[in-house]
Amino acid sequence: MGQTKNVFRLLLLTFGMFGFGFGLVPLYDIFCDITGLNGKVTGPTFSSYDEELETRTMKVTFVTLNNKNMPWGFKSDAPQMKIETGKDYLMNFTFTNTTTEPMVAQAIPSVSPGRGAKYFHKTECFCFEQQYLAAGESITIPVKFIIDPEIPNDISSLALGYTLFDVTEQFAYK
Amino acid sequence: MSAVIESHHDDHHHGPAKGFSRWLYTTNHKDIGSLYLWFSFIMLFVGGAMAMVIRAELFEPGSQIVSPEFYNQMVTNHGLIMVFGVIMPAFVGLANWMIPMQIGAPDMALPRLNNLSFWILPAAFGVLLSTFLMEGGAPNFGWTFYAPLSTEYAPPTVTFFIFAVHIMGASSIMGSINIITTILNMRAPGMTLMKMPLFVWSWLITAYLLIAVMPVLAGAVTMMLMDIHFGTSFFSAAGGGDPVLFQHVFWFFGHPEVYIMILPAFGIVSHIIETFSRKPIFGYSSMVYAIASIALLSFVVWAHHMFTVGMPIAGELFFMYSTMLIAIPTGVKVFNWLSTMFKGSLTFETPMLFAIAFVALFTIGGLSGLMLAIAPADFQYHDTYFVVAHFHYVLVPGALFSIVAAVYYWLPKWTGYMYDEVLGKTHFWLSFISVNLTFFPMHFVGLAGMPRRIPDYAMQFADYNMIVSVGAFLFGLSQLLFLFNVLKCVYYGKSATAEVWEGAKGKGLEWTVDSPAPYHTFETSPDLTNPQTNN
Repeated sequence: MGQTKNVFRLLLLTFGMFGFGFGLVPLYDIFCDITGLNGKVTGPTFSSYDEELETRTMKVTFVTLNNKNMPWGFKSDAPQMKIETGKDYLMNFTFTNTTTEPMVAQAIPSVSPGRGAKYFHKTECFCFEQQYLAAGESITIPVKFIIDPEIPNDISSLALGYTLFDVTEQFAYK
Repeated sequence: MSAVIESHHDDHHHGPAKGFSRWLYTTNHKDIGSLYLWFSFIMLFVGGAMAMVIRAELFEPGSQIVSPEFYNQMVTNHGLIMVFGVIMPAFVGLANWMIPMQIGAPDMALPRLNNLSFWILPAAFGVLLSTFLMEGGAPNFGWTFYAPLSTEYAPPTVTFFIFAVHIMGASSIMGSINIITTILNMRAPGMTLMKMPLFVWSWLITAYLLIAVMPVLAGAVTMMLMDIHFGTSFFSAAGGGDPVLFQHVFWFFGHPEVYIMILPAFGIVSHIIETFSRKPIFGYSSMVYAIASIALLSFVVWAHHMFTVGMPIAGELFFMYSTMLIAIPTGVKVFNWLSTMFKGSLTFETPMLFAIAFVALFTIGGLSGLMLAIAPADFQYHDTYFVVAHFHYVLVPGALFSIVAAVYYWLPKWTGYMYDEVLGKTHFWLSFISVNLTFFPMHFVGLAGMPRRIPDYAMQFADYNMIVSVGAFLFGLSQLLFLFNVLKCVYYGKSATAEVWEGAKGKGLEWTVDSPAPYHTFETSPDLTNPQTNN
């Protein structure tokens, strides 16, 4: 008595936990969004700030990295910018396909320090978008951003890093 | 005519079949327990041979014997085999042998499933070990198989590794379902939950842990499989995934897993200490609650393995404090073992020696674990030999010693013969000295900054590494003595009594049946409802 019921319950638990393993994927993303863990930033958001809020100046550094053997040219117009919190700024990033083949690339952003990530609002960006370039082609894309005036005072500078990945193969998949 | 057939029929049901098919088709919990134990014994020597290769390479600085690529394969497979092929199957084997006998049940609840859970295990390890013969070599990304090492940069054989892990997981899950169902449904009348032997309790909780986390591991390797072959990006940053996610999923499995490898040991050691102290265990119910608390806490501490990957300060603090909290129930257990021995009339037969060594050396491993739990200090210790020393202290003189102790303790019950006590004690002292010679100096080189999983090291670590290697070779050799002693017991041992140990009286139902335990025991349940007959 009760044996079949026990086995059934335990099987249910097994499949439930298998599902939970996959459930950790969205849970992790939500957790990272909330805490800004790993410098994860969200896509374009728009917000305007109350003129009354106290602003201050700070430094924003732009870092461009190529992943592995990614051959593209990838840089920002300036390596650094002095900015005032609560105001709109724009920085241009230039991508060049230096190869003789058409390629697809994707740039993944990250903000450092991680806890500053949630104060870094991008109003326009190429985050998570796949970029196709023909051989030798070049393109300049702007990133518009505002730094939230409520950013903690002990953060005196932020770095926005982009890592450029070659996703030509994955693109061919779809 | 019909009478002849009848008697044949009877024979068939009362003794084991002959030859290989006995083992292939068996549904008997004792046969399957022996299969598990022998399998894990063989894998101990396979994984041990890999450890010998590692220590031979590290005997002197510089590249000595194997290529760095092969060294990585050795490190990876040594870890995988020792965890999934030695410690876990050995505990399942002990569970198969002892749980039905300790709760007064005739067999496991699901005997055919039991046969299946064992027989897919050699298949899994066959798949894993076959990768050594393949192009690209065996898995080389460490037993923790962090992405992207195990996805983007993995050798092509990683797919075989993934399927091997799937099969091992399925085996563990089926085994656990069987164990839980047996314990919940097949106890003898009168054996309430709080009268169960502690080994049974520790396995009940361990089996729940297994069912909770093995599917998560299966999920993790499935995600790897999809990333590698089906173009998904769970762990690939290029597609919006995150390699750190892998570490979270892995350690959500991994931390309960390390308790899966130690909780049954707690049960075994409790039995041995009470037998050779000739006293009942001190604080039985606190022992049960301690095991349960350790198991529950194991789900909320996983990120202490990844303090250095980047975490909000609140996260570091949470995982640091929750980890330290585990020291409390563990301390309760250690003090209960000491209190059981206190003023007991102790004798020091081989199982007791191993059990006492377990208490002392496991505590050393626990203390270095507390040091590693301190988040700011962990940045210094992370990925050094200090970590290697820590987990080897809890797994070798911890889990492995408890298994060896259990084998010496119950071997007379299983075979009906006594092992050679002098050989047993020699085995113990050689193991005890060499295990410390092997793992204690690792603390020093680790604190001095020697990184783990590297086939070469700086000159200043040379002396300690030579000592460690000598210790490891000695430890490896002493285990051959163990094998010899087991075989000698089976073939030339002196007959054992039903009770085996002087102190075993009233220490569990397994001591009320003959030695060797008959092929079928407790076909009618013992009645424990009457306190007079209650063991």
